[in-house]
Amino acid sequence: MEASTPRVTAPGTVSLWAPVRSFLAKYGLILVLLVLPIRYGIQDLQTDHNLTRLGTNIKDGLSNGSIWALVALGYTLVYGIIELINFAHGDVFMLGSFIAVGMYATLGLTTSTGVGGLFFGLLAALIIAALGCAVLNMLIERVAYRPLRSAPKLAPLITAVGFSFILENVGLLWNGGQQQSVPDLIESQKELFSLFGITITHGDVLAIGVAIPLLIFLAGFVQGSRLGRAMRATAQEPEAARLMGINVDTTISATFVIGGLMAGAAGLIYALYQTQIWYFQGFTAGLIAFTAAVMGGIGNLKGAVLGGLIIGIIQQISDNRIGTEWTPAIVFGYLVLIMVFRPQGLLGEETREAG
Amino acid sequence: MNALRNVRRWWSAFTQRFYENPNLRYVATALVLGLVAIVPFFYDPASGFIDASTTALAYVVMALGLNIVVGFAGLLDLGYVAFYALGALTMGWLGSAFAYGAGNGKGIHIGVSSAISHIPGIHANFLIVLVAAAIVCAVAGMLIGLPTLRLRGDYIAIVTLAFGEIVYRFALNGDQIKFGNQALTNGSQGITPVDKLDLPFLAPFQSLNLRPWYWTALAMAMLTLLVNARLRESRLGRAWIAIREDEVAAASMGVPLVKTKLMAYATGAAFGGMAGAFLGSYLNTVNADQFQFAFSIFVLSMVILGGLGSIWGVALGAVVLTFVNRYLIPNVLNDKAQSWFNFDLTQLSFSIFGFLLVIMMLIRPEGLLPERRRKMELTEGVGVGETELIEVRA
Repeated sequence: MEASTPRVTAPGTVSLWAPVRSFLAKYGLILVLLVLPIRYGIQDLQTDHNLTRLGTNIKDGLSNGSIWALVALGYTLVYGIIELINFAHGDVFMLGSFIAVGMYATLGLTTSTGVGGLFFGLLAALIIAALGCAVLNMLIERVAYRPLRSAPKLAPLITAVGFSFILENVGLLWNGGQQQSVPDLIESQKELFSLFGITITHGDVLAIGVAIPLLIFLAGFVQGSRLGRAMRATAQEPEAARLMGINVDTTISATFVIGGLMAGAAGLIYALYQTQIWYFQGFTAGLIAFTAAVMGGIGNLKGAVLGGLIIGIIQQISDNRIGTEWTPAIVFGYLVLIMVFRPQGLLGEETREAG
Repeated sequence: MNALRNVRRWWSAFTQRFYENPNLRYVATALVLGLVAIVPFFYDPASGFIDASTTALAYVVMALGLNIVVGFAGLLDLGYVAFYALGALTMGWLGSAFAYGAGNGKGIHIGVSSAISHIPGIHANFLIVLVAAAIVCAVAGMLIGLPTLRLRGDYIAIVTLAFGEIVYRFALNGDQIKFGNQALTNGSQGITPVDKLDLPFLAPFQSLNLRPWYWTALAMAMLTLLVNARLRESRLGRAWIAIREDEVAAASMGVPLVKTKLMAYATGAAFGGMAGAFLGSYLNTVNADQFQFAFSIFVLSMVILGGLGSIWGVALGAVVLTFVNRYLIPNVLNDKAQSWFNFDLTQLSFSIFGFLLVIMMLIRPEGLLPERRRKMELTEGVGVGETELIEVRA
């Protein structure tokens, strides 16, 4: 659509800054990302003479981050294919949590349910939450984005915001305005085993154990399957894809369905892991997951996962060391730094948007 | 659907007449402004209607400021709330007892009436605060603009969003940041009370008589309208539109990209700051909860609903959305719902707002009063050819 800005560098002049600049462009972001772990790692070594606390932070961050990664995938898939920031996605994730928790009661899952019952019950809740979110996401696309595909680019952004408000209102009516505690079915804080002094809890195993297979499955799907190839083709050039006989509308619908499935799965994991849900969780999660998607390079699936994990770790370190109330400011501060040093993200190609 | 089509056709024909005939436009402008100016006489001085109207006018200033950035220069800004926050905080810092240690506890007073000249804290005249807020926000706007200069499109949106959230977090947790004994902000407790407006030659404003507030807001809105209209025709304004249309072409025609973009951010931010300072005094509190992301979206919705880049459209969008939010949903619709269905509609206000946004965009994605140039592009396909050329070359 738009061509990239020409770089204004006078030909023939060799700047002393050139090597510095190229070094920063390559490794600047990585250096910036390492600031927090190194700073607190040194502090831990001085006070505790080991890295257990930092390790625990990183472990918690990875668990949290795998949830963000699942949500971020929804953003990155949709952005990759229709260049829309799907603001409603975070709220779809929130409703995924609500559906999953609603299923606890329907299926009679309580903290005293046996392991087998819990496994199949949670599997059913996972499937229903994922399907619910998938259908919801697909309907939103059909109603709010598809009719606007030829409209000015900002129009679908506004309908996305509109749907985000509507979904938040649904959540508000469903569970009220307060944080609601959820039965801690899997005893998520209970120790399973411990590694170098870092306690691995049930919640960690669940979050990583569900998220990683899903991510691998998704990567394989997009890479290998016919629909996945259609998705990539549409992302690259919708018109050409249409000429090659790809049904672009169906492909875009499928993208939203996949994003919804991931969001629903993330919703259940979030409910099990955090044991608290509320109608506003989708907003925060949406912003964080979107940051993750951008950090990894928007449109890039592996990037979204990497970004999610990194954001999870930053968030956990900041929650634990600096204070929960400052975490969003730190996460967004990192976002700005990424944009300065490496607008295309960690794994992204230089795109026309960022270049 | 047919009735809907008729309404759309009628509205297009109606607006077309104004696009074509400048005399009709001047008469209509004078008529609208005259009507708006005498509205307060028909309502009780402390009525909810005047309250909503005053807020609407302040939002007109804000939306027109955002319109410079998004509508004229085409830089999508999702963090406009930052300037509302900074403007309101400037009002809080310079017009309340918050900086109680200033002037060795006696306070600093610049051009304020004798009624508040013994209260500690910094108290400056509203006009001074207005200028200060505009300067603070213009500088902040440039600082926020700097990292986005290399970026395009949605990436700008994300960076501005991030800055908006960072400013909100600083406003919220500012009570932890101390300079000596002085905190930066008062968090979600809010800085309150804030000095009432006190303009030269006029008695200090009262909180029970909203008419002077209304007229002040109206004057600010009209001034902003005028400045916007003149700016758009100016060299700078044409440079903004050139950048919006095609950045590469603009640069090769000699438009200085960096300067022009930064000017857009600074000007847009200054208006946001002035509206923020007014609202800080009008609402009598500078509270971090006012500065959430949803507000950025609220103002952006006004701009898009009205018609990106269209000055009158944006003003209309601001008035319409404020009334929907402040008056229609809580007062009118809710009364009906209470009496007919015995149901509290305020619980659904989010949904109704969201629903209206969706419907509005589906029916009329170009906005209520689209800018002439944009309308041309949409209907006659001007600009499509250029896009293809660029695609081929790249």
